[in-house]
Amino acid sequence: METKTPAVSMRGITKVFGRNVVANDHVNLDIYKGEILALLGENGSGKTTLMNMLAGIYFPDEGQILIDGKPVVIRSPRDAFDHHIGMIHQHFKLVDLLTAAENIVLGLDGKLDLKAASAKIREICSKFGFDVDPAQKIYDMSVSQKQTVEIVKALYRGADILILDEPTAVLTPQETDKLFAVLRSMKESGKAIIIITHKMQEVLSLSDRVAVLRSGQFVGDLVTKDTDAQEMTDMMVGHSVTLNIERPEPVNPKPRLEVRDLTVRTEDGILKLDHVSFTANSGEILGIAGISGCGQKELLEAIAGLQHTQEGEVNYIEDDGRKESLIGKDPLKIAEMGVVLSFVPEDRLGMGLVGNMDLTDNMMLRSFRKGRSIFTDRKTPRNVAQNVIHDLEVNTPGLNTPVRRLSGGNVQKVLVGREINASPTVLLTAYAVRGLDINSSYTIYDLINRQKKDGVAVIYVGEDLDVLLEIADRILVICDGKVSGILDGRTADKREVGMLMTHIGGKANEQA
Amino acid sequence: MFDFLSFIPRAVVQGIPLLYGSTGETLTEKAGNLNLGIPGIMYVGGISGVIGGFLYEQSLPAGTGVAPFLAVAIPLVCCLVGSLLMGLLYCFLTVTLRANQNVTGLALTTFGIGVGNFFGGSLIKLSGKDVPAITLTATAECFSAPLPFAANLGWFGKLFLSYGFLAYIAVAVALLASYVLKRTRVGLHLRAVGESPATADAAGIDVNRYKYRATCIGSMIAGLGGLYYVMDYSRGIWSNDAFGDRGWLAIALVIFTIWRPNIGVIASVLFGGLYILHMYIPTGMNLAIKEIYKMLPYVVTIIVLVLSSIRKKRETQPPESLGRSYFREDR
Amino acid sequence: MSKPEKKPLFHIVKRAPMPWWKAWLYRGLSIVLAMILCAVISLIMTGQNPVQIFTSIFNGTFGSPRKMWATGQNVAMLLVISLAVTPAFQMRFWNIGGEGQALMGCLASAACMITLKSVLPNWAVICAMLAASIIAGAVWGLIPAFFKAKWNTNETLFTLMMNYIATQLVAFFCVFWESPKGSGNIGVINQSSNIGWLPVVGGQKYLLSILIAAVLCTGMYFYLRFSKHGYELTVVGESEKTARYVGIKVDRVIMRTMILSGAMCGIAGFMLTGGTDHTLTTTLVDGRGFTAVMVSWLAKFNPVWMILASFLLVFLDRGASEMAQKCKLNSSFADILTGIILFFIIGGEFFINYRLCMRHSETKEGIAHV
Repeated sequence: METKTPAVSMRGITKVFGRNVVANDHVNLDIYKGEILALLGENGSGKTTLMNMLAGIYFPDEGQILIDGKPVVIRSPRDAFDHHIGMIHQHFKLVDLLTAAENIVLGLDGKLDLKAASAKIREICSKFGFDVDPAQKIYDMSVSQKQTVEIVKALYRGADILILDEPTAVLTPQETDKLFAVLRSMKESGKAIIIITHKMQEVLSLSDRVAVLRSGQFVGDLVTKDTDAQEMTDMMVGHSVTLNIERPEPVNPKPRLEVRDLTVRTEDGILKLDHVSFTANSGEILGIAGISGCGQKELLEAIAGLQHTQEGEVNYIEDDGRKESLIGKDPLKIAEMGVVLSFVPEDRLGMGLVGNMDLTDNMMLRSFRKGRSIFTDRKTPRNVAQNVIHDLEVNTPGLNTPVRRLSGGNVQKVLVGREINASPTVLLTAYAVRGLDINSSYTIYDLINRQKKDGVAVIYVGEDLDVLLEIADRILVICDGKVSGILDGRTADKREVGMLMTHIGGKANEQA
Repeated sequence: MFDFLSFIPRAVVQGIPLLYGSTGETLTEKAGNLNLGIPGIMYVGGISGVIGGFLYEQSLPAGTGVAPFLAVAIPLVCCLVGSLLMGLLYCFLTVTLRANQNVTGLALTTFGIGVGNFFGGSLIKLSGKDVPAITLTATAECFSAPLPFAANLGWFGKLFLSYGFLAYIAVAVALLASYVLKRTRVGLHLRAVGESPATADAAGIDVNRYKYRATCIGSMIAGLGGLYYVMDYSRGIWSNDAFGDRGWLAIALVIFTIWRPNIGVIASVLFGGLYILHMYIPTGMNLAIKEIYKMLPYVVTIIVLVLSSIRKKRETQPPESLGRSYFREDR
Repeated sequence: MSKPEKKPLFHIVKRAPMPWWKAWLYRGLSIVLAMILCAVISLIMTGQNPVQIFTSIFNGTFGSPRKMWATGQNVAMLLVISLAVTPAFQMRFWNIGGEGQALMGCLASAACMITLKSVLPNWAVICAMLAASIIAGAVWGLIPAFFKAKWNTNETLFTLMMNYIATQLVAFFCVFWESPKGSGNIGVINQSSNIGWLPVVGGQKYLLSILIAAVLCTGMYFYLRFSKHGYELTVVGESEKTARYVGIKVDRVIMRTMILSGAMCGIAGFMLTGGTDHTLTTTLVDGRGFTAVMVSWLAKFNPVWMILASFLLVFLDRGASEMAQKCKLNSSFADILTGIILFFIIGGEFFINYRLCMRHSETKEGIAHV
């Protein structure tokens, strides 16, 4: 294999976002015809960015791309097509109202002949074993069917190099098996396939070779059959780094929030949470670890009254032991019950804050209903805003600045500041330090720890395992919507968590 | 007995301006532009044709008749140019400058009606007649000439052949628009632009170019509706504000036909019929009831709009990006 | 970045919001440019010198006490309807049905004047008119809002259609109550008894409208700026997701806001029929429902700026009519000038929100914005 010319060769690719966010740092990568390469890495390790440069979405700042040994410039998705590269993004680029065939030929030139196109589509389908009805409308399709259409679209345009960005994130296990079968048959016919993933069992069952990225850097590549999950996990997560985050002993922890058999499906019927059960205690930080998109968002939103649940219970436990159900109640009802539940959502400006409003108005989001007057009380939120600016060292031109204009770290301080100000008994945080610089991150850790000392039950959804291991008292690991384990944060080992996240704890043994 | 033989031709001539307007607006909306300037554009189309015809008639030496070809071609070209300019203005503001479509459209309607009435009024003054109207009888005769044999074929001739050529063009344009939208690549791309400009953009379609072309062609088609109204329906007589609210009725027709010009061919006759139904239904002394009949097109339009939103059938919804400008944001 | 040959000359980027004074400077500049263009066009059409033209425009608005009062009345009416549609816009609900909602107010007032004139005393008729107008306008606003809230029915098209249903209803009642018989017009209602006519305040027929407009303007300013409702509808307009996150009932806010919007239009109708015109015609609102959309948008939904925007449009309209009359031009000239000024202001917004980047600055921008 090594003697062949690579179908695609990426040399010294570097991409920098903004002033100093290095997404890719001199990455070298080769892809050969007739093989499936798994691109493995944690969230934010730069996998998608790297592939977007092949697909013409981004243009590299440095480095060179060679196709069949010849240097090429890929400036747009069209250029990528011309070099027979097709990418299936996580967010499908399909027009819902059009049929599969219409979407597949969209943007091409020449006379519109849907009959001929349909014939060609059927031919592609039978060759690789797809199941696509060219006349079916996209809005009628399941997610997996839409994905199939995207793949057929790439093949229809003559793609020889196919990139799939976390294709299984939205699929059921059966659909995943079907997809893998198709990918294998495409490999047989000589196509080069790259699959971006962080699921270990997929790498093992599908790929020929695996390349690992960590923090934008290429760590190395391995031949799949010569490696095992342990080695790959180690490469992916790296060695434990000591961050020196404070972790005080929980004082007098009492059960505060009880979740039992919580089951949530999306509107499309995809199972997002599958009988999740746990208890969060006061004065304790419960960390939630998992690959992103494994149900964390749904879990928090279900607790906060924003997500329709199918089954199960969420109970708030008062100091005297009384239980009150939160299921079926919206945020207003929960607040009216006297439960102060604060929630720092993942989507800060789209959900937690209003970007076009200033700091004072954003502080008011939680408190504007207070009092009998028909007018809002602006003094209190103004003071709150001032305190938040002062206490959390928010860097802003003034109270009247729209929060949209603040930097990410400051936006998060405003959001967390507001949520904490309500003196909650339960605090939910999702990716509280995503995109934040080191100093801001430590400010947030510190804030969360202070809440814990005040007896708040904190649920901390995180993506950085090092942080989780240092800050959380207990770690709940979630995988594909199921609880795969609850560990003690003081004794847990990073590898162990990594394994549970990718379900190796159970499944690898079965296979072995 | 209901007199269909006289009712239907009158419903048709009422319906033709609406058909032009709705075909034009459908094309525009399919590209995601909600052009509320259509009433203004139809006024401009009408008055541009009148100006062309007026200048042509004035330029003839006294006593000579009009040359049919020129009498048709000059107003036609003037009308197309006038409405094209309006369409370009709308596109420049909403597509290039990304202005709010509703506000731009309403301003365009104010402007267009102003232009129509201003030039109409000025020409009336120029022609120096006592009546507050311009009369272009000679030109109008060329426009409203029925097909040959219409008089000899009895009811068939009356129902199908008795209209001016613009009426047939209206039907042809509507059917053509329908075909283009449904069967051609241009139509496919246009629909994609109106549904999801970002997806269309990613597929390599030039979104702005499609928006410009669809809107400008749509404006020109709508402008013809104004021309038909003056030259054929009202026999070459322009009087200010006579066109009335037909422009808005055309927009209603777009919704009623759920964005399908081919349905518009029949639906426009229906709308036209509702407009004049009061003349054919014995109302006795109660003249007021005719105003209620005139309300019917709007009521049925709302019913269609509501039902289609309740049924949530995707094909009958307004184009997804209707009313929003597209900006390829910073990817 | 390499390969510049396919790059366009410039590209467009969203600009950071500019300080308010700078934005208004831009808007002022657009108006000045538009005025210059209008002057040039007027010059060509009339052959008069610009000073004369502007003098007659000015005279049309302020030429005599009578004209000034009429200007005041027009500004007041336009302002009230603009204020009425504003809460809906602030909520990103495109209510272009102000015309119909106001017309329903006129109709309800006229109905009370005609049917209750011999039943109730004058003050009671006026109270009934006010109540009926508010209810009529509110219902006309609520209908599209209900369908928007429940089934997400397109509100722009819905409210637009509602205008013409209102127009035809009014046309129906104009004939129904016609006087004298066969005229198809209602004429002045209760001309001899003056029942249902709003009292003349301070000896000026138009003063009451102006006062009502001032009160409503202040009220709306406080409602939008300081009330809980105003805050809620702003949050709904900015992000429905955020609104749900803090427990705001989006459906309810949509309907409540449109009831308010319609009710205020109803009051405008009440002012027209009861206060100044004392009649009912299909053109009584005179397109103000549509002009109000533009006024509200030009003023960026700020009630105080709306006074200026209403004034600008009325000033143009009356001034240009005056000029047209003087120069024996058609009065529709005013609409053309209004259109031109609107186009300039609408187009000018682009330069407030976006920035053109020439090619040489591309590299820097490119990195900052991908």
